[in-house]
Amino acid sequence: MRYITPRKRAEGRGAAHHGTEHHWSMTVSAVGLAFLVPVWLYVFGRALGQSREAVVQTFGSPFPAILTALLLVVGMRHFAMGATTMIEDYARGTARKMLIIFVISLAWVIAATGLFALARMAL
Amino acid sequence: MVQFSLPKNSKIRTGKTWPKPEGKNVRKFQIYRWNPDDGENPRVDTYFLDMDQCGPMVLDALIKIKNEIDPTLTFRRSCREGICGSCAMNIDGINTLACIYGLDEIKGDVRIYPLPHMAVIKDLIPDLTHFYAQHASIMPWLETKTNRPAKEWRQSIEDRKKLDGLYECVMCASCSTSCPSYWWNSDRYLGPAALLHAYRWIIDSRDEATGERLDALEDPFKLYRCHTIMNCAKTCPKGLNPAKAIAEIKKMMVERVV
Repeated sequence: MRYITPRKRAEGRGAAHHGTEHHWSMTVSAVGLAFLVPVWLYVFGRALGQSREAVVQTFGSPFPAILTALLLVVGMRHFAMGATTMIEDYARGTARKMLIIFVISLAWVIAATGLFALARMAL
Repeated sequence: MVQFSLPKNSKIRTGKTWPKPEGKNVRKFQIYRWNPDDGENPRVDTYFLDMDQCGPMVLDALIKIKNEIDPTLTFRRSCREGICGSCAMNIDGINTLACIYGLDEIKGDVRIYPLPHMAVIKDLIPDLTHFYAQHASIMPWLETKTNRPAKEWRQSIEDRKKLDGLYECVMCASCSTSCPSYWWNSDRYLGPAALLHAYRWIIDSRDEATGERLDALEDPFKLYRCHTIMNCAKTCPKGLNPAKAIAEIKKMMVERVV
């Protein structure tokens, strides 16, 4: 039992003076993804079922390659930030920190792998 | 981690069933009971009331049960007209005020529990100490720096209108205790009620501490734990929209940096 006042408990350690940039980044990336995802799905849908050479040629051409790269970077950044918020909601203490490190690393790995595959097709 | 199930000593058991009165219009009430002094788990007691002899509101039924059947039933009440916010409880799955919630709005049995995810002091009385402390932390008063005017601080009709939908909050805690973000992180998240009050002072044309107020709220937990779930707006017994007030604060935060 700690003898602290309810006001001290409510104040905690005060405001962190950040969070707005996270909120704004999520808004911006959500708007970006609202455009990127349907266009990418259209490109991906057209390539679906074609031969390996045709798919490599599609994603090797400038527009689909840049679109896919943007989707990977923006999408994974959005995923990492959103998953961080979700983990902060439900996990506490060390588990919270470990899970945040894991999802951010996972997002970087997925983005890097995707960009590498894209570079191999495009270059 | 977040607790998704109740601890052992909070598991609810079936309680006492009180005698059924004579009458054609008898209704069943299932009410949460817990006494900190007896060491028992919480239970749900069953009461029956002849609705021909009872007032129209849930609070009328609770008072009738306390006066005529079981004087140990404990709940807060005061104004009986939706102004004091004392009788907030979970009625038929909705956080609301017992004094302005009609029994005719409930189909079937009437189930009454204390406000969810709060420590219970006794029966239907939640511990609101932390909730009130959070309200105090947002400085719910007019903060000025200039000395003049020394008397009345005037406000235009347009600026006064901005406070409508905000000043009516009676701090009943229905909104905060319906918010999942508040359930999981009430130690750091201020919750819809405190944030609605914070916005009420931020938007007040006479207040001179707008920047400091925004500074104090800029935090991933204090403010940004709101995920626009909207339970607060749905449940508010006064018809207010705390989610909109929170969105307005976020908008002001963004306008400071973009």
